[in-house]
Amino acid sequence: MKWSELFTSSIGKKWVMALTGLFLIIFLIVHAGINACIWANDGGVMFNKAAHFMGSTVVIRIAEIGLFLGIFLHIIQGLMLEFQNRSKRKKGYAVPMGNKGSKWYSRSMGLLGTILLLFFILHWWHFWVPARFIGHPELTELEINGVHMHNMYNLMQYTFQELWVVIAYVIACISLCWHLIHGFQSAFRTVGVSNAKYNSLIQNVGVGYSIIISLAFAMMPVSMYLGWV
Amino acid sequence: MEHYNMNLTLKVWRQKNASDSGRFETYPVKNISSEMSFLEMIDVLNEELISEGKDPIAFDHDCREGICGACSMYINGRPHGPWHANTTCQLHMRAYQDGDTVVIEPWRANSFPVIKDLVVDRSAFDRIIQAGGYISINTGNAVDANAIAINKDNADAAFAAAACIGCGACVAACKNSSALLFVSAKVSHLALLPQGNPERKTRAMNMVAQMDKEGFGACTNTGACEAVCPKEISIENIARLNREYMMAGAASDK
Repeated sequence: MKWSELFTSSIGKKWVMALTGLFLIIFLIVHAGINACIWANDGGVMFNKAAHFMGSTVVIRIAEIGLFLGIFLHIIQGLMLEFQNRSKRKKGYAVPMGNKGSKWYSRSMGLLGTILLLFFILHWWHFWVPARFIGHPELTELEINGVHMHNMYNLMQYTFQELWVVIAYVIACISLCWHLIHGFQSAFRTVGVSNAKYNSLIQNVGVGYSIIISLAFAMMPVSMYLGWV
Repeated sequence: MEHYNMNLTLKVWRQKNASDSGRFETYPVKNISSEMSFLEMIDVLNEELISEGKDPIAFDHDCREGICGACSMYINGRPHGPWHANTTCQLHMRAYQDGDTVVIEPWRANSFPVIKDLVVDRSAFDRIIQAGGYISINTGNAVDANAIAINKDNADAAFAAAACIGCGACVAACKNSSALLFVSAKVSHLALLPQGNPERKTRAMNMVAQMDKEGFGACTNTGACEAVCPKEISIENIARLNREYMMAGAASDK
């Protein structure tokens, strides 16, 4: 069997979703960890240093290419699978099965993922595009210990003054939580890790991870809007 | 359990043939015994339809004891009706109360086209089995069943997977119309036993290739298949197939 056949079969496509998903799960830990520096209570010094480190280190910039490949592979493959799977039942049921046997969020990964995609466009426009390419009036420069860097903290505080932005971010975090609760354990099943000994561990770690990560991300705009930091 | 009679309203999918667009028809049924099976209730209705000179409702059935996998009704939004680990033929009318409305639909999936009324064409499953659901053995006298020692846990897991009757409820329940529970049961049942080893890799690859060719959807691990399976086939089997398939595909020579 050729590689192309392997990864375009129904199971191969699921492997792609699972492996990119697991990769993004690890990325979210890094992202949340860096961002959590805003709570250091030092006027953003630690956060700006961390953001500068991420933006100026060659290895991380190379890894960023891998990150974007992973994200886009996950998005494109996910959307294609969603449309293909929906086309497999042209005539539907008069009485839907609903929650008899599956969870709503397990059946709504395409919808939750689409909400997240829309959020990413907003999110990249808020931070990634100004920092990397076009700049922003509120993205001021500053110097910490003789090192010149962007004041990303200032841009964050400015961005999260708008209530609708905070609400949009919180909605995205809620979607992320449900997306992860299914995705975490489903990814393990897809790569074949499933037996009675590990299932409850994977299930519980997955739910814990999903809630902690989503809550941490949601609290960032909320903290800034309410003036906690 | 106390016996009672009931009157029901049935809404049944009627479709003359594969090219007919089909529609629901409503039938009142009277004096149905709580001790009848669901299919006997349909038999009663069909007798009435025949005596009125109308076309009886076509539905698949064979053994009527829950082991053949022929019966295939989607009843009130659930394949095989409301009971857990149960086939339509083993559903009994004590599941219903007087005055209930019961909506009966055929399995819905592009790969299971309706032939007539509630009968769908499930030959896609046969072709998947033909693609790899077999083992090679020597002809001549049957080998002693216990000649090869088999680990008890594997034997039990293989037996549990082999309990799949190929009814297609997993496909009917899946939002993606995926057949992966069926295919994974058939692959697991042979992969877990030494007799299945010679074709182990080609089996996983060929059966999945045939499954995709038949136009079933991809699995997204929602678990709806496992919930409605009359034989309680576990989605552990799907994880095993995912593993078998990738190992076979990645390690194949060509």
